[in-house]
Amino acid sequence: MLIDSILKTDNEMMSSSSAMSPIVLSTRVRLARNLMNFSFPGWAKKSEKNKILNKCLEALKDIEIFKSGTLIKVEELNEIERLILVERHMISRELINNYNNTGVFINEDHSCAIMLNEEDHLRIQYIERGYKFNQIWNSINSIDDEIEQHLDYAFSDKFGYLTACPTNVGTGLRASAMLHLPGLVISNHMEKCIRALNQTGIAVRGLFGEGSDASGSIFQISNQQTLGDSEKSIIKRLTIFLTEIIEQENNSRQNLLETQPLKLADKIGRAYGVLQNSLLLSSAEAMDLLSVLRLAIDLKLLDESYRNSVDNAFIECQPGHIQFKAKTNIDSSTMRDKFRANYLRTQFDDLPPLNFDVLNI
Amino acid sequence: MSENLKCNICSELATVHLTQVINNKVHKIDLCETCANEKGITDPEGFSLTEILTSGYLGNDKVVSDKTCKNCGFKTSDLKKLGRLGCPECYQTMSDNIYPVLKDLHKGTTHVGKVPSRIFNVITKNKRLNELKTLLNEAVKSECYEDAAMHRDEIEHLNTNSEI
Ligand SMILES: [Zn+2]
Ligand SMILES: [Zn+2]
Repeated sequence: MLIDSILKTDNEMMSSSSAMSPIVLSTRVRLARNLMNFSFPGWAKKSEKNKILNKCLEALKDIEIFKSGTLIKVEELNEIERLILVERHMISRELINNYNNTGVFINEDHSCAIMLNEEDHLRIQYIERGYKFNQIWNSINSIDDEIEQHLDYAFSDKFGYLTACPTNVGTGLRASAMLHLPGLVISNHMEKCIRALNQTGIAVRGLFGEGSDASGSIFQISNQQTLGDSEKSIIKRLTIFLTEIIEQENNSRQNLLETQPLKLADKIGRAYGVLQNSLLLSSAEAMDLLSVLRLAIDLKLLDESYRNSVDNAFIECQPGHIQFKAKTNIDSSTMRDKFRANYLRTQFDDLPPLNFDVLNI
Repeated sequence: MSENLKCNICSELATVHLTQVINNKVHKIDLCETCANEKGITDPEGFSLTEILTSGYLGNDKVVSDKTCKNCGFKTSDLKKLGRLGCPECYQTMSDNIYPVLKDLHKGTTHVGKVPSRIFNVITKNKRLNELKTLLNEAVKSECYEDAAMHRDEIEHLNTNSEI
């Protein structure tokens, strides 16, 4: 059923052909929308929440891109299935913490997901691998136009789209990019980078953890301000910062290659060895090792053809995916770590030797 | 430096201290263990400092009057607990409390982006109607009855096609 189809589809991490893809894993835009004359989900009584859900489901059914998609009431999923959707970024952790009378609509190729009754009545998100903000904005904008033909949005002349939290009001738009920044992390520049970005109204958070030591060196960079600026201008501003971060990441990598190639090579060699030989791997450790292996591909120590399996493993190693593979709820983290290590050992047991010759050591 | 700061949310003794700079202004937030956990500081994905700042702001003690939203029953005091509003109408009822948040956290306090097309149609229709009424009056005054008839037809046309 749904979960099988979701697992069969490439996840957002899997590489695209975009030139920027070594660093930019994916880009995403989400719009927060609410219905006129209804309480926000967090304040609505159970019966009202149910009414909102049904109203939205009814309206979305008529929309072209969802005719071939899937509509899910989250309470009909089991715990592992819910977790898998979170790990694939189709629903939020907040939604599964309070999933009664919530839903999600997912289109056929899983690029678009609409959460119903999360913090806002509708959270429309569009995600693409690589660096494609303009394309995403055009797509999500037309989906939003279409939904608006079927539902009455809460909108004020002054404040724009009205949202449950005033931090989202106005455009209701959050644009974000997922970046792999091992160079900045290894050279200890990430913390400085985060601080600088925060001062400009850009939020940085680790994909698998918080702060500068997020595991896997994967960070989500997004706008914080949604009011007083147009959608295009918000996205443009974010793009300017992204270009800057990408440049800094490339500089950091270059610097590492020039000043400490031996240390870098050693780090890569160790990650390679551990991934092929571990019997227990925590999620955080696995992310860090995969991140180093991904860097090895960027630096041509390992052939490009392995990128997909590395990127895929980032998601497949998450607790929900691990438990799904094991076909059972695994309460003990040791057992999960065993399954994870097994999975990675099999996944990478046929890797060719690393080509250290490309580094000047 | 921490001289027994109070939790911004519940006024218990704060043990978690956070700082964030937004719009070149330093925002400090102090939380007790319980509220820090509740706000998801321990959950790396669910945590947003902006949201916490918001509940700190929204519960601003300086705003004395406790208002209730007629539409949904939400009270100003609920803002502090939830950091979120009750319904779209609350933006009207509680604008005094919300305004400082908008001013400090956003680029401006007025929306300049997309407008839903159906609402846009209503806005443009009303604008056009007002224009036509002025034109009609002028035409009548200057005795240009042909123009006047034309404007009157267009007004009638706009008013009968009111389902958009
Ligand atoms: Zn507290
Ligand atoms: Zn209200």
